[in-house]
Amino acid sequence: MPLPEHLILEIVTPERSVVSEQIDEVQIPGTEGSFGVRPGHTPLLATLQVGELWYRRGEETSHVAVSFGFAEVQPDRVTILAQIAESAEDIDVTRATDAEQRAKKRLDTPALDMDFERARIAMLKSLTRLRVASRARNRV
Amino acid sequence: MASLLDIRRRIRAVKSTQQITKAMKAISASRLRRAQESMMGARPFANQMERVLGGLAGQVDTSAHPLLTQRAPDAPDRPTLIIVVSADKGLCGGFNSNIVKQAGEVIANASGAGVSLGLVGKKGREFFARRGFDVRFELVDIFASLKYAHAQAIAREAVTAFIEGEVDSVHVVYNEFKNVLQQQVVVNQVLPIKPLVTGDADGERLPDYLYEPDPAQIFDSLIPRHVEVQFYRALLESAAAEHAARLTAMEAATKNATEMIADLTLYMNKVRQAKITGEIIEIVSGAEAI
Repeated sequence: MPLPEHLILEIVTPERSVVSEQIDEVQIPGTEGSFGVRPGHTPLLATLQVGELWYRRGEETSHVAVSFGFAEVQPDRVTILAQIAESAEDIDVTRATDAEQRAKKRLDTPALDMDFERARIAMLKSLTRLRVASRARNRV
Repeated sequence: MASLLDIRRRIRAVKSTQQITKAMKAISASRLRRAQESMMGARPFANQMERVLGGLAGQVDTSAHPLLTQRAPDAPDRPTLIIVVSADKGLCGGFNSNIVKQAGEVIANASGAGVSLGLVGKKGREFFARRGFDVRFELVDIFASLKYAHAQAIAREAVTAFIEGEVDSVHVVYNEFKNVLQQQVVVNQVLPIKPLVTGDADGERLPDYLYEPDPAQIFDSLIPRHVEVQFYRALLESAAAEHAARLTAMEAATKNATEMIADLTLYMNKVRQAKITGEIIEIVSGAEAI
């Protein structure tokens, strides 16, 4: 069987479909490390962690912030089901900065009953958002 | 006989009511469109999820998962958690009363250990909160901007109650959107999760995947999502059904108002003519008298 030339990437959240495109390459933040997928990849099912996903179509690269969910890879198709997925253009930088400040403050002033894991994830999420957003601005 | 002025006043009142029902109808129509769009938007996620879970179910020992375990038959009876999804607002025909009626039946048929309620939407809360039921949680004012996070909040409550062994099962009662003219009240068991269909419905199996991490872990991380998705679907269906019900109700109200105005106008004309006739007779008989 000849290798497919392109991948179809679909990123869906419970609320809507974020990306549905034909692409050449995608990099996915898996729980056990980031991995890249090009056309003809062997079928794979992986869970995601909070992180940055990027995909390339020709020369053009796009970034998406994703958190939790899983990726289903087939030779000609990648389906990402994520709880949250925001492409760089959609991210509200002010909100993300606020969230980052809040998370930082919480981590800096630890309280007895505080949920460290949640604070850490909040921090991670906001940082990912900011990083992805900054890439969008660099491109234009 | 009512005076002309009274009838005119009445017509004006009906007309302004009609304007309101017309406006509400237009609003419902646009909200319904949006609700349907979000229902469509949620579908791919739910479908993919079920497909992958079905594939995984064939490879993992699903009976071990706490959310899939049926309560042992010899265990003492514990209450059933019933989550009632109603609307926040009225003026939508039988929407809320149907839900309340159906929920009442489910409660009446529940096992000896009784029920615990989760109330979503103001109308259902108004009804049940005062009747001395054990209310685990309530969630109101969410339908104006329905988010996945709301479904997550409900799922968290339901899963905690179930895992802690406080309830035997979790059911959700909501209005299903069949089409614009029809809503149907459905009762779904959410927990324990019904055994999953393994493989694809059309007999096509999932390809042999590499798993990262192993299937059991992926399965464990997906199952809670699956519960959330089910609640999210119930909320979306209910929202769409509510707008559809209101659309139909307001259309009927507008039509009734039109009929009422026609009747009143006819009546008003009759009264006016009777009055004119009366006046003419008075004048004629007055002239004859001279």
